[in-house]
Amino acid sequence: MTAVKRIPKDQIAIEGLTGDAAIAHALKQCDLDVLAAYPITPQTIIVEDYQKFAANGEVHCRVIPVESEHSAMSACIGASAVGARVATASASAGLALMWEILYCAASMRMPIIFTVANRALSGPINIHNDWSDTYGARDSGFIQIYTQSCQEAYDTTIMAFKIAEDHKVLLPIMVCIDGFILSHNVERVEMLPTKAVENFLGVREPFIKLDPDNPITMGPLALTDYYFEFKEQQERAMEAVPEVFAQVETDFEKMTGRRYGMFEEYRTDDAEIIIFTHSTPGGTAKATVDVLREKGEKVGVLRLRMFRPFPTKEIVEVVKNAKAVIVFEKCRSFGAPSNPLALELRTALYDLEKRPMVVDFVIGLGGRDCPPTTIVEGYEKTKEYLKKGKAPLYETMGVRK
Amino acid sequence: MNPAGKHFALQYLREETLQSPFCPGCGNGIITNCFFKAVSDLGHDDLSKFAFVSGIGCGAWIPSPHFRADTLHTTHGRAIAFATGLKFARPELEVVVISGDGDLAAIGGNHLIHAARRNIDLTVICSNNFIYGMTGGQVGPTTFYGDRTSTTPYGNPERPFDLSRLVAAAGANYVARWTTAHPNQAARSMKTALERKGFTFIEMVSQCPTAYGRRAKTGDSTEMLKWFKNLPVRKKGEAIEHTVPTHQGMDLGVFADRHEPEFTEAMEQTFGQLGEIR
Repeated sequence: MTAVKRIPKDQIAIEGLTGDAAIAHALKQCDLDVLAAYPITPQTIIVEDYQKFAANGEVHCRVIPVESEHSAMSACIGASAVGARVATASASAGLALMWEILYCAASMRMPIIFTVANRALSGPINIHNDWSDTYGARDSGFIQIYTQSCQEAYDTTIMAFKIAEDHKVLLPIMVCIDGFILSHNVERVEMLPTKAVENFLGVREPFIKLDPDNPITMGPLALTDYYFEFKEQQERAMEAVPEVFAQVETDFEKMTGRRYGMFEEYRTDDAEIIIFTHSTPGGTAKATVDVLREKGEKVGVLRLRMFRPFPTKEIVEVVKNAKAVIVFEKCRSFGAPSNPLALELRTALYDLEKRPMVVDFVIGLGGRDCPPTTIVEGYEKTKEYLKKGKAPLYETMGVRK
Repeated sequence: MNPAGKHFALQYLREETLQSPFCPGCGNGIITNCFFKAVSDLGHDDLSKFAFVSGIGCGAWIPSPHFRADTLHTTHGRAIAFATGLKFARPELEVVVISGDGDLAAIGGNHLIHAARRNIDLTVICSNNFIYGMTGGQVGPTTFYGDRTSTTPYGNPERPFDLSRLVAAAGANYVARWTTAHPNQAARSMKTALERKGFTFIEMVSQCPTAYGRRAKTGDSTEMLKWFKNLPVRKKGEAIEHTVPTHQGMDLGVFADRHEPEFTEAMEQTFGQLGEIR
């Protein structure tokens, strides 16, 4: 890789792209060797677009239209094992069908990039957005990054390869966009010249690979003797992610002027109440906060990007002096004391002597709309809870009871 | 029309769910009527002796939510696995799986061949439109070699399954292939399938002008029905040779017609001596 330079404006192509198309274009420029996928709404366009690039000879990649998602992730591991740069895409039930293989991908340390258009799980059958699919896979060993805009989805997909393939990391990554809300909406996207992306990523240098001249065995039996050590190594790889992630973002910023961080802070400096969410509700929250600020409310947004590994210490630093943190999350953990995002936050805050109040709202399951009024309602309720000094562990918003 | 002046199929349908969600020109309406013709010919006034299971995709919408019956709408590819459980719990019910090729033969292909191997008493009706219709016309394992689809813009390099030959070879008691241009033959085969013990499979070649015909250039519904009409029909008892399906070389008719032992009965024979197993 040569030194990263700022890309002149005249070399940047600007197009209106959906989230899916933005990811397809990013994958096109990342010099994949293999892409294996199975059609599922609302991810389908990623693979359809990519397959056109492949058919037109615009990429040097083998696209495998496998017969199920289970086969898709399996084929990805097979290709990754011989040193290929590999990607796939799915959502919802498709991701769920990959379940068994997700754990293999992570523990066999395959740097596969898996773009997910977040969608609710069956049943009843639903094609719209919530985060139940990837939240369910939060313990699979994948890094998870959630994005808010088509530009961010494009940029993150490119950066993901560099993070995943770093020898300190060697973990697969889920790059997530909200199904339909981002996957099918057109936004302005600045695209880098392909040469610049190739230069930025270089060619994958596998740490180890299957090679008939130097045969090795991957994924055999490790029982009470060594299994635990493998898991320990996976955790160390996770711990290495923030540093590598920051370095990759620094290089990307030199090239583009854009960096996103493990999370985005928006008007949090003097905020008494901080809204904690991610993906597209992050955008809604920021717009709502602007209006609330005009009315004199001291409120800000912490928009999470990296859910795994969870940036515990860094988040505590941002929210520790707030009076309350309002969590808006599109997932329910049935029977749990609260829900996945709030559980993470509460654990992170537990050791503080003086903790902000955490208020957890489950919103938007199965794609139910979450307009700014949802955010305002949650904010008003939180102010009431602060007055009372007590909040419920969680509540749902926008559902018939 | 029945005496009330209504179409005969309406007695089996939840009228409040109509109109159907299918595109104009879709073959799934014809398949629905073929099935109800068979049901009607067997003397059923309603569907109370049936249970329907379907997976994901347009074909899976034929029974659910439209049939006035118990319908279990499941996950992609697994309809036959769900149906196997249902049949064992309620063996007296006529358990029918209606779904598409993408569901039954692609992601669920494993269950299809194993159900046929066990010869479990299910009737499976497969609406085969050669494509993943609902997700927008991606190539599948029934797409013909050379076909243009949304994911094979310059032609499909893979060979398709011959579903009827596959299921017949896997051990089903009755297998027939007809098309939406052969509604009477299809209804008769469905009737035989419902009456027959063991695994029975009706492949219904069906037109998808929206997701298949448009890109594969096979024309609109009318043109596709004319195409189907000209497909060769097998002679009774003709030997089954291996062929790879092509647009013109997809033979219709009966591929298996036998009375091999059925699975729930075989279970009874094997374990019955150990006492009551249910």
